[in-house]
Order: sequence, then structure tokens, then C-alpha cells
Amino acid sequence: MSQRKSIDARGAFCPGPLMELIAMLKLVEIGDEIEVLSTDKGTAMDVPEWIAKVGHEMVGVEDKGDHWSVVVKKAK
Amino acid sequence: MGTRILIVGGGLAGTIIANGICRQVGKQIRKGDISITMIGTSDQHMYQPGLLYVPFGKIRESELFRSQRKVLNNLVVFHVDPATNIDVDAKKVTTAAGKTHEYDYLVIATGSRIMPQNIPGMAEGAHWFYDLDGARKMRDALTAFEGGKIIVNVNAPHKCPVAPLEITFMLYDYLNEKGLMDKTEITYTYPIGRLHALEPVAEWAKPAMDQNGIKYETFFNTKEVDPAAKTITSEEGVTLDYDMLVTIPPHNGAEVITDSGLGDGGWVPTDKKKLLREGSTDVFICGDTTNIPISKAGSTAHFEADTVIDNLVSLITEDRWARDYDGKVFCFVETGMKEGTYVWFDYTTPPNPGAPSQMIHWFKLAYNRLYWLSARGLL
Repeated sequence: MSQRKSIDARGAFCPGPLMELIAMLKLVEIGDEIEVLSTDKGTAMDVPEWIAKVGHEMVGVEDKGDHWSVVVKKAK
Repeated sequence: MGTRILIVGGGLAGTIIANGICRQVGKQIRKGDISITMIGTSDQHMYQPGLLYVPFGKIRESELFRSQRKVLNNLVVFHVDPATNIDVDAKKVTTAAGKTHEYDYLVIATGSRIMPQNIPGMAEGAHWFYDLDGARKMRDALTAFEGGKIIVNVNAPHKCPVAPLEITFMLYDYLNEKGLMDKTEITYTYPIGRLHALEPVAEWAKPAMDQNGIKYETFFNTKEVDPAAKTITSEEGVTLDYDMLVTIPPHNGAEVITDSGLGDGGWVPTDKKKLLREGSTDVFICGDTTNIPISKAGSTAHFEADTVIDNLVSLITEDRWARDYDGKVFCFVETGMKEGTYVWFDYTTPPNPGAPSQMIHWFKLAYNRLYWLSARGLL
């Protein structure tokens, strides 16, 4: 059964939200979703750009006011 | 019977904590009110950042190692007997020798390890410097190198986030001094869309690479290496040729963590300020072992360890919480063979690296020896 995991990268400067996402994608199953919470507005653009290049699936990007929530699904 | 502290892992984090506690409550340990036991995997303590210099013959291997027993305060009971299971419900740890250690407070500091075997062809086709055997092989390959394409390939997750840039600029200086750069092309690959996770460091690195003719490929996450064809291919669909491949392999945490069901990939879910295992009040996690989205680096382990020492001592002797970890990280950055800079940040202060200088390079070289004071809890 697919799961949703979360990375709270708010305020994280290094290695940062996208690197944390890349690392966690290696640990989850195809079909699982990962939600990344980030205070870096660049995440809302970086993650979709990378997801498109590598062939996973964007589920959504949401502005939560003081942070962004970016949800992706492992597709391969 | 006194309060029993058990530390699993004899790396920098575990060692600083053990020695730091002894310095604060030595009297109580001598009286038997508190005990500290450490179980580790080796009787040798290695200064891991020193591996960066091995491929260039810039450090004596003997400088990398000390006897773990001699680094530890005499009040610490130390066993070389790797943990095989950590049961946080029953509050006990079992070992390869079949012993069981019970505890009142547990510190898990089992670190991280390179996993080149996780990527097809990487172990056969790549060099690395993140362990001594790999660093020696890379030194031999560099000695024989007469020019060609070198790729410095970075994979996530990895510890010591500045080391990939350091090795790249040091390679450039080393090959330049040997008169080989006119016959050599260096390409640096990185998993995300810039040259380093820290934006100010990436902004410094880009013109520095451009100035030296170092090429780069961003959004490059390694899918496979073909050692016969000497190619490396990314998940993003890019294939590069190489004559020498230097990789920073992906890392996992320790096997005992996954075997004990404490965290995927060997990373334990950890409160980022209290450094307690999520769901525990008596299990501290320190160093690379945490899943905190922060640099896996010796300085992180050091600053975390200082917090764990204060809280453990305060909880045991005064039954109160002392202070939270503020996310502090400090890293030297070698920007070549002759200059260096540094970067620091915490949970609320963004990094702001200064201009490289010869003085900071020399201070880094001095720290290569001062490290042993850190491990002993003195610095």
C-alpha cells in the first residue's frame, strides 16, 4: 500500500530541500508520495524542474504563507 | 547501581560525548553513581577529514589514526564489539559477541557509510577518497594519470558536503603543478540545479570553476557506471565519458539501525532541537545518524555532542533540560592547495562564506592536528 512521507526542511540551508528529497526517493517504493516543507521559495521551482527532468510525478505545490508544501510521487 | 549511560558508536560524536561527560561528572563516575560504556566497531579512531589529503600525498597516514582507548577518558568502559540490535523498548543493546548491555540513557552515534554498491558499476569503475583503501587507490591512479577526462561525481546523500568542491579544486591545483592541465578536462557533476547545496557557496564556486576551465553538469543523479566503456549515465538521461572517475558515493546509516527497525536508510527520526529519538525521552541521537535535514559533517556532530553532554548531565544530576541544539555547523573549505575559506550557519542564520585566504588554509592544516583535542572534549 502506498505511503506518504514528510521532510520538514524548513530553515534547512544544507543540504537543502531538494537534496533531502533526492535522498528520500531512494528509500521509498514506487507509488509512494513525499511531502517537502520548505521556507526556501526556490524549492517551489527547483523541485518541479527536477521532477520533470527525471521522470517522477508532481502532485502539487502549495503556498502555506510562511512556507511551501511540495508533494511528489515516485514514478520509477 | 548508578545511572548507566550506553554509547553506541566510537566516532567523533560518541567520543566527544563520552569524554565530555567524564569531564563534568568524573567524581560521580568514580563513586559509582554514574557509569559510561561505549561499544564501537574498531580499536582505532580515524580522523576522517584527513582522507581528503591522502590522494595527493599531503598527509601521513599515521596522522589519521589514534588508539580509541587512548583517545577516551579512562573512566569510559570501552568494548570493540559491534552492536547488532538496539531495543529501545526493552532498553538494551545486544552485540556481535552475544553480550547484552542495559541502559538508563542511550546515545546512538553509529554514523554513516559509503554505498558505492548501490549504483550499478560504481564500485568497479570509480575511485573515491571517503575510506582509506579508496583514498590509497585514488592516490595510485593519480600518480599514474597522464591526462584525459576526469569526472568528479557527487551523489546524495553524502557526508562532508564541501569535500566534493575541495577535491575538485585540489585536483586542479595538483594536476596544474604537474603540468597536466593542458591535457586534462575536469567535469564536476552535482545532484541539484547548482554547484553546491549552500547557495552562497555555489555562487562562489561557479566563477572559480569558470576561471580554471572546470566544466560542470548540474541535475546529475547517477543511474549507472559502465566500467568497460568508461561512461557514467544520470537518471536525467545524460551520459559522460571519463578516463578517471572520482565519485562521492551515496551514503547510508549503519546496518544496525535498519536491522533494529529504528529508521529507513539507517537514519533515525530525531527531534532537531532536543536530539532525542522521536518518541523517546532516554535515547539521544547524534552526528550523521540523525535524519535532521542538516549537513552530515564532523562539526555538526561536534556541536550536537556539546548539547547532548549538557542535557545528559543536567538530566541525571538535576532532573532538568539544559538547552536546545541551535543547528550550528562550521566547515572549513579548502579552495585549492594553498588557500581556504570557511562557512558557518545555524537554524536561523544563513551561511555567508568569506574570501579564500592562505591563513585559513593554514588554520585548516593546524586543525588537522587540533582535531584530537576536539575528540578528547577539550576544544
